[in-house]
Amino acid sequence: MNAIFDPLRYEFFIRALIASSLVGVVCAVVGVYIVLRGLAFMGDAISHSAFPGVVFAYLLKGPFYLGATIAAVLTSLAIGWVTRRGNLRGDTAIGVLFAGMFALGVFLFSRIPNYVGDLFGFLFGEVLGISTGDLIALTALGLIVLAIVYVLWKELLYSTFDPLGAAASGLPVEQLDYLFLALIALTIVVSLQAVGIIMVVAMLVTPAATAQLLTLRFTRLMALAIAVGLVAPIVGLYLSFWLDAASGATIVLVETAIFLVALLVGPRSGLFRAKAGRPG
Amino acid sequence: MSLTSVSAGYDGRVAVEDVTLDIATGSLTAILGPNGGGKTTLLKIVAGLLRPWRGTVLVLGGPPGREAHRVAYVPQAELVDWGFPVSVWDVVMMGRYPGLGPFRRPGSHDRDRVRDALTQVGMGDRAQTQIGALSGGQRRRAFLARALAADPDLYLLDEPVTGVDVTTQEDLMAVLGAEAGRGKTVVATTHDLAAAAHHFERLIAVNRRIVADGNPDQVLASDVLAEIYGGHLITIGDKTVLLDDAHHHDPEGPRR
Repeated sequence: MNAIFDPLRYEFFIRALIASSLVGVVCAVVGVYIVLRGLAFMGDAISHSAFPGVVFAYLLKGPFYLGATIAAVLTSLAIGWVTRRGNLRGDTAIGVLFAGMFALGVFLFSRIPNYVGDLFGFLFGEVLGISTGDLIALTALGLIVLAIVYVLWKELLYSTFDPLGAAASGLPVEQLDYLFLALIALTIVVSLQAVGIIMVVAMLVTPAATAQLLTLRFTRLMALAIAVGLVAPIVGLYLSFWLDAASGATIVLVETAIFLVALLVGPRSGLFRAKAGRPG
Repeated sequence: MSLTSVSAGYDGRVAVEDVTLDIATGSLTAILGPNGGGKTTLLKIVAGLLRPWRGTVLVLGGPPGREAHRVAYVPQAELVDWGFPVSVWDVVMMGRYPGLGPFRRPGSHDRDRVRDALTQVGMGDRAQTQIGALSGGQRRRAFLARALAADPDLYLLDEPVTGVDVTTQEDLMAVLGAEAGRGKTVVATTHDLAAAAHHFERLIAVNRRIVADGNPDQVLASDVLAEIYGGHLITIGDKTVLLDDAHHHDPEGPRR
């Protein structure tokens, strides 16, 4: 039991536990809609586009949350706008803007005279180093995202499932699309310190993808995704502590492992599924 | 509802040109025409989903979209993601969402409406089925139930009876006929000439422009049909047969 309780003597570990499980839950909730809308690539793009914002904030000595939020929200809205206006396929617009923004971040980063360790943390996550102030900011942002999804879950669901029917009956589908992109951007900002820019897409997509292997009902899908999003960071953080491994990567690996287990034993895809065939 | 000199299209490509028509409240109207002829485009204009390039449109006394809460739109079955994790009940309940607004959750009145709508389309025992597990006919029934649950004044249905069995077709059209009888306006697109002639009071044939408009006997006069369907039509005795690719995807414009 000491292995469980020993780490809890460290305040930084408790902060990391709270931060990463909150990140896990927020990512899972938003991730369900990301998966159902087919926006996984978009999530990856928005997270990479936050990088120049973080570097800018560092250069201007401002809070990184602000820089990341501005860069991520602007890029996500720009992608939405270019797709609608530019006659381009969505993934093409994403590919162009995402690489361009990340390159801008790397360019700015390389111009910083001395090597800066904490910027590196934004690429791969460094949740054990999170400060109390950052934890409060992250919790506030995370709760805002959860509150918006809680209020608009049925509008988001309808406009995801049938955008034409929803728009015709009066739901503001276009505004909901943009709002959802902004929610993805905020979620990514919340997640940056925990898992980093490169791996946040896994936190967004893997819980929902795992749940999709197990159920075809929306409420159960959401509940299962939240469960994975809550449990994986806790298990991952302990593993990283015991094994002295990178925390962000360990959390993502735990989620990936849960996904693989669900893939192998799940009722819809597993090795032991009934011969009668899959539903749907 | 009325359209006056309306032209519209996608990405600079014309889909409908100079369309003028009036549809009376409480009528049952089918829009006919070949693939790419502009049927879905007309429906989208009325639904407020596509802004016309030119012309004026009045729907339920205002511009399209102003009375959106009184409109129910059923998309083509091909555009629906049938693997989506929702049950028949969930889909029909969606019909109630726009009337509820963002802060209210569905209550007992909404559940009653959903139950009634499912009974009306003969799906009362299928409420908990995932939509992907339904047959083609059951899928159309579920979507018609969603429209009914919204209690709209205007039904806009894109290919509601294409490719379904005769029983389903009869059932769905009986429900729509009853709605028209209650003063609701029903506009549906269809490929299916026989179904259109059999079930609708008025047919509007479009092929970019309106090529015929009237009751089934007038519109199904074969020279009009020959004009819109070209070589796809053959006449055997007194029967007109359409050699159409009714199951092909309608290639009108982008999905959203």
